[in-house]
Amino acid sequence: MKINKDLKYTGSHEWVRLEGNIAFIGITDYAQSHLGTIVFVELPEVGEEISKGAPMAVVESVKAASDVYTPLSGTVTAINEELMDDPEQINSDPYESWFVSLELSDSTELESLIDAEGYQRLSEQEE
Amino acid sequence: MKKTPIYDLHLALGGKIIDFGGWALPVEYDGIIAEHNNVRSAAGLFDVSHMGEIEVKGPDAERFLQYVLTNDISAMADHQVYYTLMCYPNGGVVDDLIVYKYNPEYYLLVVNSSNRDKDFRWLQDNSSGQIEINDLSDRYALLALQGPKAEVILQELTDIDLDGIKFFRFHPELKIAGIPALVSRTGYTGEDGFEIYVNPTQAPLLWESILEAGAKHGLKPTGLGARDTLRFEAALPLYGQEISQDITPLEAGLGFFVKLTKDDFIGKQALVSQKETGIKRKLIGFEMIDRGIPRSKYEVEVNEEKIGFVTTGGFSPSLNKSIGLALIDSNYAQEGAAIEVIIRQKSLKAKIIAKPFYKKRYKDQ
Repeated sequence: MKINKDLKYTGSHEWVRLEGNIAFIGITDYAQSHLGTIVFVELPEVGEEISKGAPMAVVESVKAASDVYTPLSGTVTAINEELMDDPEQINSDPYESWFVSLELSDSTELESLIDAEGYQRLSEQEE
Repeated sequence: MKKTPIYDLHLALGGKIIDFGGWALPVEYDGIIAEHNNVRSAAGLFDVSHMGEIEVKGPDAERFLQYVLTNDISAMADHQVYYTLMCYPNGGVVDDLIVYKYNPEYYLLVVNSSNRDKDFRWLQDNSSGQIEINDLSDRYALLALQGPKAEVILQELTDIDLDGIKFFRFHPELKIAGIPALVSRTGYTGEDGFEIYVNPTQAPLLWESILEAGAKHGLKPTGLGARDTLRFEAALPLYGQEISQDITPLEAGLGFFVKLTKDDFIGKQALVSQKETGIKRKLIGFEMIDRGIPRSKYEVEVNEEKIGFVTTGGFSPSLNKSIGLALIDSNYAQEGAAIEVIIRQKSLKAKIIAKPFYKKRYKDQ
C-alpha cells in the first residue's frame, strides 16, 4: 500500500493536501484498492458549503456505491472534473486524484487529521 | 461461513473473499472488469460449489416434476438439461433451476444456494407417489468453465469428444484429468462453456488441472463479481432480483419456460389468468442517458410518477456504459421510450433498449 508522506489523513481513508487555507481532498490507496475498479464519481457543486462528516462525493465500483465524507468544513472552490470522465485514475493514481478543493471555514478541524506514519499504522491494523 | 473445497486455492490465488449468502467465496482476483472481459475473449474458471443439488428419483419422478415445475419435463430426452421455474400457487417464484434428466426415473435439480433448504422442503411438502427426494449438495462440488476457449481447454483433459455434448446436454460420467465428473454444456455468462460436477474431495485437483491446461489459452480464475456482470449483460435472471416470490415468470419475460398448455402444475391457474387478463408489469432493459449508475431497487418514474423499480443495474464492462433491468408498468414498456431513474434523490434520464444487452454466444443455437 502506497502512502504519501506529505499528506494528512483521516481514519476513514481520505487524504488532505493543504495550500494555505485551501484543502484538496481525495481517497487513499487503501480505499481505492478496497473499492476495486471505480467506474463512476459524483462530485458536489462549486460554491456548495459542506460540513465535516457530511457526504461530499460518491464513488461507484462495479459492485456498489460508496459515500466519501469530508473530513473538514468549508466551501467548495473547485471540483476535479477529470475524474468524472476518467474515474479509473483514482485507482491508478489516488494521491493525484483530488476530488474537491475546499476553502476552510474552521482551521481548528485540521487538528483531527493524522500524519502519514499514524495513518500507516492505522491501515495496517485494519488489514 | 461455509467454505467450498477450493477455498484454500482461492486464497493462494489472491482471491478477495466475501460472505456470499453464508459462503466464503471470491468476489474477484485481479478485478471484476478484467475478469469479465477475459471470459468474453478467452475463458474463465468459476467455483460455484455453493449451488445446491437435489435428486428426485422413483417411478413417479417425471409425473411429480411435471407438477412442481413450469417447464414441460415430459418433453426432455435422457441426458438433456432444462431451465425451469418452480412456482407458488399464486404464480410467484419459489426458485429458478436447471433439471438434469438421467432417465425417466432419475433427475438432478440444481438450485440456487440461497434457496436450497426452502426448495428441498417445498419439494417434500408437495411430493406424492413413489418418489424419493434427497439433498445431495454436500456430495457435489461445481466448477464452471466459461468462454469461447472453454471447449479447447477442457478437450485437453478428456478423451471424450466434447463437440458431442450439445447446448443444454450433459454427459453423466466422463473423466476430466482422470477425475470422474458430470459435464454439461450450460452456464450463466452468455458464452459457450461447461459446468462440471465432481466429488468435493477431487475438486481442488480438478481446479488446478483445468487452470494449468487453460493457461496458454488465457484462462483465468474468475470471481462471483464478474459472474454477476456477465449474466446481467446476457439478461439472465437472478433470483431475488428479476424473479422472486413477488414477481412471476411471465412478468420477468420467462414465458418460454412456462408451458401453460401442459396438465396441471403448481401456479398454472394463476399464471393462465395473469396471461388472459394481461400482464401488468414487464421486465425491460434500459441505458442511462444522464450520468449515473442504476442499482437494484432504485425507483423508475415517468413524469414524476412511479412506474416500477430497477431489478439489476450497473456498469457494463462489455458495452462500457451504465445499463439496467427494471420491472415496470407494461403501459410504459416501449423500446426507445424515455424513463427516469431516481438515483440519490435525483431524477436521471434513461431510455428503454432491447435486451439482452449482450448477444449470447452459445454453441449450436
